[in-house]
Amino acid sequence: MAIKTQPVTVNLGPQHPSTHGVFRLRVMFDGEEIVDVEPVFGYLHRGSEKLAEERTYTQIVTLTDRMDYVSPMLNNQAYMLAVEKLAGIEPTQRGVWLRMIAAELQRIASHLVATGFLLQDLGALGTPLIYAMRERENILDLFEMLCGARITNSYLRPGGVFMDAPTGFWLALDRELVDIVNTLDELEEYLSGNEIVFSRTKGTAVLAPELLINASITGPMLRASGVDWDLRHRNPYDYYDRIEFKRILHTASDNYARYWVRVQEARESVNIIRQCVAQIEPGPVRPSFDDVPRLIRPPKGDAYVAIEGSKGELGFYLVSDGGIAPYRMHVRAPSLINLTLLRDMLIGGLFGDLFVSFGSVDLNMGEVDR
Amino acid sequence: MDPAFLDNSLWRNIYCNLAGDSAGCAAREYSAGMLPTGMEWLAFALAAAAIIGLFVNGVLGGVIVLIWGERRLFGRFQTRTGPNRWGPFGLLTPVADAIKTMFKEDVVPKDADRILFNLAPVMIAAPALLVFSVIPFGVGTYVADLNVGVLFIMAVTSLTTLAVLTAAWSSGNRIAILSAFRSVALLISYEIPMALALVGVIMLAGSMSLGQIIGAQSIPFILVQPLAVFVFFIAAMAEMARAPFDLTEAESELAAGYLNDYASMKFGIFFLAEFMAEISTSAIITVLFLSGWRGWEPVPSHLWFGAKLILVLFVIIWFRMTLPRLRIDQVLKLAWKGLFELTLINIIVTAVLIAIWPEPTTTRLWIMAAVNWPVAIISIWAVSKLLGTSGYDDTEPDSDAPVYPVATEQIPGSAVHISGVTGPDTQARMSSPANSHIEQGGN
Amino acid sequence: MIGLGLPRGFLVTLKNFVRAPVTVQYPDRHVGLFGAAKEAGMNPFRFVVKRPVDSIKAIAGLATVPVALEQSPRFRGNEFTFYEDRCTACASCAKYCPLGIIEIVSVPGKIDAQEGESYKLEVFDIDIGRCMFCGLCVEACPYDALHMGTKFERSTYVRDELIVTLDELNAAEKKPSSFYRPQFEENAFDPYTETVDDHYDAGRHERPSDEDLKKKWVDER
Repeated sequence: MAIKTQPVTVNLGPQHPSTHGVFRLRVMFDGEEIVDVEPVFGYLHRGSEKLAEERTYTQIVTLTDRMDYVSPMLNNQAYMLAVEKLAGIEPTQRGVWLRMIAAELQRIASHLVATGFLLQDLGALGTPLIYAMRERENILDLFEMLCGARITNSYLRPGGVFMDAPTGFWLALDRELVDIVNTLDELEEYLSGNEIVFSRTKGTAVLAPELLINASITGPMLRASGVDWDLRHRNPYDYYDRIEFKRILHTASDNYARYWVRVQEARESVNIIRQCVAQIEPGPVRPSFDDVPRLIRPPKGDAYVAIEGSKGELGFYLVSDGGIAPYRMHVRAPSLINLTLLRDMLIGGLFGDLFVSFGSVDLNMGEVDR
Repeated sequence: MDPAFLDNSLWRNIYCNLAGDSAGCAAREYSAGMLPTGMEWLAFALAAAAIIGLFVNGVLGGVIVLIWGERRLFGRFQTRTGPNRWGPFGLLTPVADAIKTMFKEDVVPKDADRILFNLAPVMIAAPALLVFSVIPFGVGTYVADLNVGVLFIMAVTSLTTLAVLTAAWSSGNRIAILSAFRSVALLISYEIPMALALVGVIMLAGSMSLGQIIGAQSIPFILVQPLAVFVFFIAAMAEMARAPFDLTEAESELAAGYLNDYASMKFGIFFLAEFMAEISTSAIITVLFLSGWRGWEPVPSHLWFGAKLILVLFVIIWFRMTLPRLRIDQVLKLAWKGLFELTLINIIVTAVLIAIWPEPTTTRLWIMAAVNWPVAIISIWAVSKLLGTSGYDDTEPDSDAPVYPVATEQIPGSAVHISGVTGPDTQARMSSPANSHIEQGGN
Repeated sequence: MIGLGLPRGFLVTLKNFVRAPVTVQYPDRHVGLFGAAKEAGMNPFRFVVKRPVDSIKAIAGLATVPVALEQSPRFRGNEFTFYEDRCTACASCAKYCPLGIIEIVSVPGKIDAQEGESYKLEVFDIDIGRCMFCGLCVEACPYDALHMGTKFERSTYVRDELIVTLDELNAAEKKPSSFYRPQFEENAFDPYTETVDDHYDAGRHERPSDEDLKKKWVDER
């Protein structure tokens, strides 16, 4: 005699402790197995792309800070590269090295957030989260030393950064890099061998590489399935071709692989920062105002530049009509593109794995909704 | 009235001072009491009320201190201070919690079954308190020493299952019932390993009475019965619905738990009952495995009991802070395929040893310990293999599996560097017909 | 589900248990008797004798000691430091602000104003309630009249009080942060302990070199 069951629809509403931001998920599940998933987002839409049409290129930097609010330096970097390509500005050497250091520090901070919250969703009641946040606080203190603000940095200007690093920054950076490696070691010791983490994350939400490539997924999700695609290697921007760093790949493409790729990428970022510090030379951090005026008016045209953001390929498309503000700005947000595979990840899985899979995609609602 | 209860010094002191020359007291050399003769029933009632008041208030006081202590310990495990604002060292934090809980609005859902809804908190708090009636907190400090003490404890703690189901059913909330089903499955599955783990202890002591079990522990049974301790500890944590088994109270799991419709003080009572269960479980582990109030002479027995209790509580809180949560199917798999077999192995080994030596002395207990530990380690290893930890050693990617390289190493001509001109791709795009409305600009 | 990885996690947590807590207990933290005595600058015995009530409160855990946050000199706080003497009402800050919250009304002093005479500044309002403290206004000011401050506790009960007027800016304590003002860093100025009261000490962040000045104002005139 077959058991008759009835699917239940649950609304995991926009206010929920485990959806990373305001995100609504209508889940229909049958017993324990998920049958259908309908994501609804847009709760954090602030109209950044429209607002950008009214602001000058320097003022838009403050808008880009707030899109992906856990990695503002990376947003700034992507935007500035697009502006420099559009206007034909040549950045200064020291400015480029400083913004690479800031970007890699930001990548470490973003991956710490992702890992900490993934483990919070796994149920570890905050202990790994606090360890990760404790380290991120130190990185944010470094940012405060650099530019005065911890999260909404607006550190970059066309051609470089707006102010040089203070004395005392380099010493603090060296000490901080040692601390970051120690914290990553501690997190790995705690978690990467933990059998409960294994049994919750291994083998769940496996995605085939062909599916990922067809869906334009980039970032740690793609590299966790074995596809060797990192824009810093493939399409080097800034001075990434003068730096040697490993390619982090995993082949299992499950939740554990994505977590592992993020932690190893954070370690590689520490190597990158050390190489940048070794190669940086004194000089001006932004071009003089004779070369690049404060109010730039790029020639008519358009430019698209994509960088390897912490969540994937972060791209900015700018169209200029010769004025002080862009005619159109569009952001290729990696979180939004990565989100399109949610149904493939969740349907057919168990309900207990829902938030784990969701957390391993590492979404940021500020980026999804802009 | 059976004068055997007068063996308990706590009862004896109060009753005999009140009642005076009744049968049992005269034999123990108490002369005139405070009440006139013929009113022994009043003396008994007053003594009972006093002792119950003492124990219940003691337990509730312990719960209050535990709420404070648990939150401070949470903080220390996470390298932060816990709450330390209210009162010296934050000791008034539970009072603040209680006041906050009391001031909330007591909402009863429209579809709720009112009688059961109001009864469920009582059903969960009463068994939690009832367990304390058999636990000796020191020499002679207990309410009653039943000769089926262990069975009584097991029976009473099973009542929480019914309370959970009542709470969910009376809420009239579909999601709450789903969550309660999972919780009931968890609780039922872990009662069997919990009870079977204690069979070894009962066999060693020869009786189910807690006083006699303490008397039989010339060395603590944690050394003699490692498998039983292991299984009992895990099963007890599951019965308390603590991490790693707290899937029912997890906010990130199902949107509502079975407690979702309880507000204000009814929720407060559920909360209190969980903490009382924690203390009672620690007390049971202390009595059964850590030899209760026994210790070296100069230090009073109550202090020994308290110290061991705090140690067990520390370990429980440590486990809670460290381990992530298990999914419901993994939890049930652990109970039925893991812990159940360990208890059977434990019973067989202990039965064989008891058959050889029916009256174990201290040296024989040491020999039993020496036999039990290797058996424990081997069987836990075997069970972990059975539960499936093979293949968990490889965290690194498999180097033979295909890695998908992309055809070109670098995309030519598209590196964004220092270039003064708009790149070829931009020029190509600008000259496409779709962009003809944007005039070409030089540089 | 059971294995050797779990005990390694327990050891990590235990190691963190014995670490000192990283909490910064702002704005004040509770101290015992010895801490209260040290705060008062006295030997503990003298403290108990001279201030019995305070020592009882300290033992009861009710004594507190203020805690200062460690912030960098470049911190962009929720306030502004303004030197009216340096301001020429050029309104670059108002133009640069992405939100348009600076309101400037200036009046020419006389109809036939002479060369070198400055405007009179009537209204200089910054709406801190809508400000995002990006610092673009500070970056824009060519005369270093406007600087970011370092304080961050500016809550009010009425929203209109969040509009900082010219009088409030003039009357406020002047502790400018080194954000976009490298001359403060070169002079090792600490905005948390010192103030810059005289506007001459505020310096210029980009002062043209002497030969450029000579070329512009002497040679080419």
